[in-house]
Amino acid sequence: MARTGVFICHCGHNIASIVAVEEVVKFARTLPGVVVADHNLYSCSEEGLSAIKTSIKQNNLDRVVVAACTPRTHEPLFRKICEEAGINKYLFEFVNIREHCSWIHAKEPGPATEKAKRLVAMGVSKAALLEPQAETESSVTPTAVVIGGGLAGLTAAASLVAQDIDTHLVEQEGEIGGHLSRVSVLAPEFDESRKLLDSLMSGLAGSEKAHIHLRSKLKDVHGFVGNFEVTIDEHGKELKIPAGAILVATGAQEFQPVGEYGFGELQGTITQLDLEKMLSEGKAPNRTVFIQCVGSRQPGREYCSRICCNTSLKNALRILDLNPKAAVTIIHRDIMSYGTAWEELYRRASERGVRFLRYALANPTKVTRKDGSLLVEVYDETLAERINVEADVVVLATPMVSRENSGDVSKMLKVPRDKYGFFLEAHVKLRPVEFATDGVFICGSARWPSSAKEVMCQALAAAAKAAIPIKRGKVIIEAITAWADPDKCAACGNCVTACPYEAVEIATQDGKQIAKVNDAQCKGCGACVAACPNDAMQQRGFTTRQLGAMIDSLVKNALEAEQ
Amino acid sequence: MTEFEPTILAFCCNWCSYAGADLAGVSRLQMPPNVHIVRVMCSASVKPEYAIKAISQGIDGVLVLGCHIGDCHYMTGNHRTAKRFPVVQKLLEDVGIDKTRLRLDWVSAAEGEKFQKVVTEFVEDVKRLGPNPLKEVRF
Repeated sequence: MARTGVFICHCGHNIASIVAVEEVVKFARTLPGVVVADHNLYSCSEEGLSAIKTSIKQNNLDRVVVAACTPRTHEPLFRKICEEAGINKYLFEFVNIREHCSWIHAKEPGPATEKAKRLVAMGVSKAALLEPQAETESSVTPTAVVIGGGLAGLTAAASLVAQDIDTHLVEQEGEIGGHLSRVSVLAPEFDESRKLLDSLMSGLAGSEKAHIHLRSKLKDVHGFVGNFEVTIDEHGKELKIPAGAILVATGAQEFQPVGEYGFGELQGTITQLDLEKMLSEGKAPNRTVFIQCVGSRQPGREYCSRICCNTSLKNALRILDLNPKAAVTIIHRDIMSYGTAWEELYRRASERGVRFLRYALANPTKVTRKDGSLLVEVYDETLAERINVEADVVVLATPMVSRENSGDVSKMLKVPRDKYGFFLEAHVKLRPVEFATDGVFICGSARWPSSAKEVMCQALAAAAKAAIPIKRGKVIIEAITAWADPDKCAACGNCVTACPYEAVEIATQDGKQIAKVNDAQCKGCGACVAACPNDAMQQRGFTTRQLGAMIDSLVKNALEAEQ
Repeated sequence: MTEFEPTILAFCCNWCSYAGADLAGVSRLQMPPNVHIVRVMCSASVKPEYAIKAISQGIDGVLVLGCHIGDCHYMTGNHRTAKRFPVVQKLLEDVGIDKTRLRLDWVSAAEGEKFQKVVTEFVEDVKRLGPNPLKEVRF
């Protein structure tokens, strides 16, 4: 009989505010094989992990079940703890009661608690049948593919090349640089972006490790961490690149506020990128009005794009540098100049006479053309009165929105996006810049609108993480491979046909023909298991007995409770 | 009498539909608490026996969710699933079980909303069908 320990996580309020955790613990104690059941405020915290470790040793556990979040992010952590406590890491089973329970049944605490109990029981019944496993290794192609040649992609590529890793940079445009080449200075330090671009390019240009593909698009991706095959379309020519890791640095684009505040109709209403172009040509208008949050923080696009306030502050100061007599007004809903350097920019702008007027979504600002100039009518929330401001140029500070083709990238790489089309990393705190899919990484504004400095931090982080498997030269293959039970196998060959990797063959063993699985080739899909008519084929960690036990457990706990 | 609450078993593949279910959770998309997910690596590993075992023991409905055709992490695994489960449905029909108690669908890792929709619809469908008649036989 197994000696199982069950640990239920509160995840702060995330689980415990919906699921009655202590009730689930009490229930878990009644399950077969469970010698101890307990709960932790955060199982994944240092404290939670050491409590689990201590319990494994004290209670001489040989199976561990953690009911918390998703195995897609936290399984490796808990497996490691099992290993540290002296039991094989494959004797661990994860039960998801957050993503698949508390978060999606937030208004039904009673039924959610009952469901959590049944899920825990299913996990416990599977755990009892788990067996220790040994892992195998696979080689890694020492090459990285970076998709996107903006600041994020360039920084990541330069970092990878500096680490002596063959790096392919795939850029859809005819030149490298992305938004960096459309912005002349970078706040808060007012550095010239050209210099940054040049220094990044010089790191790449001289290196035989850097391969830049312009006017190229991602076409197809196959494979796994360490052994991807990335197909790109390089202006009409198809190119297949074997790669160990892939970095997504596709950036974002400026929202075009067609029809808003006369954009596209009234001459003089422009976006931030239009203004950047004017300023780079040394043109600074005499009277400028910035309108913040155009197309963001409103129904349909609720998010704050984070960089627009700072960009307006930067450009207000640049206008004043070029044209000290200029009048600059920033019409905003809240100035989000987060962090010390940006706050300093806000202070400087105020000191130099930039006028800040606060408006509310309920009282929209109007822009019209009158007597050769633009008239901005704004209802100032602080003064509670309508103010008219004349302007030569009205800058509409619009949010960054996801790239139109981010959906294609998402599909090809099988990585998720949020409802606005930005990519979702595996876990914002535990696995930043990584996707849940091993070997695929994310950085820059494709993830969320970010300042140049933030983009560079993320790019360096993504490059560092991508370099890990490449530098190690090998990846551990999870022990979820298949095997055939020689007593049941009739060597019919169904599994051979079912395997997409040619990992199964019919071989002779002890004078008998049976199916034999090559572990290095097996990717653990389990197609052979379902194809086997004799129940001889089994997948490690997903045996027919283990899954059967889960079904029996659900039948017992859901249906017998009904009776 | 309280409303019939079906018990539903779902098989989700690790790469697409399980991740899609995770995304639904992260996005706090609300859905009925009737569905219990078993994680498998690929929908192609789901044996017909699992669905039959569950339904013959009185589980009211079984969902098999995989990656969209063409998007399978294992290249062509879901092609097998797509061919296999209509046969299992036929089998259920032959023994007098409504075949819609077994549903096969595709949910990608990016489709939290689709997951919510499939779960909500399926629970409604099974509620309309009423309890699995085999429940009575079992006990």
